[in-house]
Amino acid sequence: MALSLEEVRRIAALARLRLSPEEERTFAEQLSAILAHVEQLKELDVSEVEPMTHALAAGEAPALRADEPTPSLEPGEALANAPAREGTFFKVPRIIE
Amino acid sequence: MSPTATDLTALSLREAGAGIASRALSSRELVEASLARIAATDGKVRAFLAVAADRARAEAVAADARAATGGRLSELDGVPIAVKDLFATKGLATTAGSRILEGFVPPYDATVIERLQAAGAVLVGKLNMDEFAMGSSTENSGYHPTANPWDLTRTPGGSSGGSAAAVAARQVHGTLGTDTGGSIRLPASFCGVVGLKPTYGRVSRYGVVAFASSLDQVGPLARTVEDAALLLGRIAGHDPRDMTSSSRPVDDYLASLEAGARGLRIGLPREWFRGGLDAGVERSVRAALAAYEKLGAKLVEISLPHSKYGIAAYYLIAPAEASSNLARYDGIRFGLRAPAKGLRETFSETREKGFGAEPKRRIMLGTYALSSGYYDAYYLRAQKVRTLIRRDFDEAFRSCDVVAGPVAPTVAFKLGERTEDPLQMYLADVFTITCNLAALPGMSVPCGLHAESGMPVGLQLLGRPFDEATLLRAARAIERELPPLPAPPLAAGVS
Repeated sequence: MALSLEEVRRIAALARLRLSPEEERTFAEQLSAILAHVEQLKELDVSEVEPMTHALAAGEAPALRADEPTPSLEPGEALANAPAREGTFFKVPRIIE
Repeated sequence: MSPTATDLTALSLREAGAGIASRALSSRELVEASLARIAATDGKVRAFLAVAADRARAEAVAADARAATGGRLSELDGVPIAVKDLFATKGLATTAGSRILEGFVPPYDATVIERLQAAGAVLVGKLNMDEFAMGSSTENSGYHPTANPWDLTRTPGGSSGGSAAAVAARQVHGTLGTDTGGSIRLPASFCGVVGLKPTYGRVSRYGVVAFASSLDQVGPLARTVEDAALLLGRIAGHDPRDMTSSSRPVDDYLASLEAGARGLRIGLPREWFRGGLDAGVERSVRAALAAYEKLGAKLVEISLPHSKYGIAAYYLIAPAEASSNLARYDGIRFGLRAPAKGLRETFSETREKGFGAEPKRRIMLGTYALSSGYYDAYYLRAQKVRTLIRRDFDEAFRSCDVVAGPVAPTVAFKLGERTEDPLQMYLADVFTITCNLAALPGMSVPCGLHAESGMPVGLQLLGRPFDEATLLRAARAIERELPPLPAPPLAAGVS
């Protein structure tokens, strides 16, 4: 299963990655090789098999914690790593012109 | 007793802790010995991304004060340890091995860090890793590669390569890593140390930078099986902040540690000993299996017919989960922000500059596998195959108590050997990956040196879900029986 350059660009756009033309070519080739490898899963008849959607067996963990307020980060702590901020807000580039 | 700095770094974690308890040693001496060893060896090994010397010295002073007043917090109190740079450490930069998190200082501690600190362990620094734990050699670190203390031209394995190399080079007495597809067991095997990946859900993932949330698990790397048991006992248990952490009580892992191998049924997967396994690795593994028989264990052949599909299923499930987890790195709330005109350009530019090749490759693969029209063919099918792999193990554990085999098909490979071929790199995980898919506990225990290369070989042991106690007992039995590995040339050559 070979992935076209066009498809690589479409996926990169979905994933919010701006790839260089060289990266696009490399990924087209490498992802095609990986997808060829995973093709072998098609040998198996899985029509009667349930997907393993949870790694933990049912009942291993309490489903929900008690709904009680607990301390969380102060705004100053939560904003301490922000690349840009203003007051108690994260600052982003202008969205609406 | 006035041991030299070299002697101190050779102590196991338990011995170091016992030395503090008896007041024969101080935490300050141990921390100074550890820092001196790091200074002497890390220019070559490069296991550390950051050394927190001042903080470690201050913690050591506090630990010594507790020892003086009879108020030690645990058997680990005052012992120098280090952790993979994937764990959030309050006030101490955490990078996940990625440039996109350069300079990020977490406002809180991961649960496992809190628990180790509550036990008094002294955190000496943060260890190198493949970026976002994606890799098998630590060469995908966004900062620098780490070398194997046994042979500096070889990789330490990955992704917890720094965690394994630091223990092997005797820089600290124990470390924590994470294992998503073999990332504790593979480097433990390559560096000749003990590595334990607990059952999914045994240890909290709160504050651990997420890679593939249904597979990630935290575990110890140490010089001895007993040390691994001690560390696991401290970090395991339910955490209300991680809804996937199990509420089962934590076993006393030391209670049955010395129970021996007599009566244990050890399952050998037929599929793991067919072709593709290096002859020298197979010899060491088979010698360990023969030793088990001598100790009174029974070897039984088992079959894991779907294990050959493990790599394929893993390289759909893990990248799919990663593509979702890594969506948070957008340059807005923390980490790198690349300047760009609009919001969307900020996302794309930041991610292009901040991520290395491997995270990009997995984000691309995962986004593709989850994208409209492909979900059923890839992600859903892989999850069904995951069920088949788990069923294989459920069936096998009817006739055996632990499963044994190689950790990897080869010993540590050379730096640069596989960096150009991602698929070749992925195949290093062929024997470790099914354990994560089936959510089982697994270990790597040293089982000798490879005749041709002189590199360590690891024996892999897998157990029933939440049966870490039997796994540790089996590991301890073989550790006691086999001759201990010599110190790696690097550690032996430094005085």
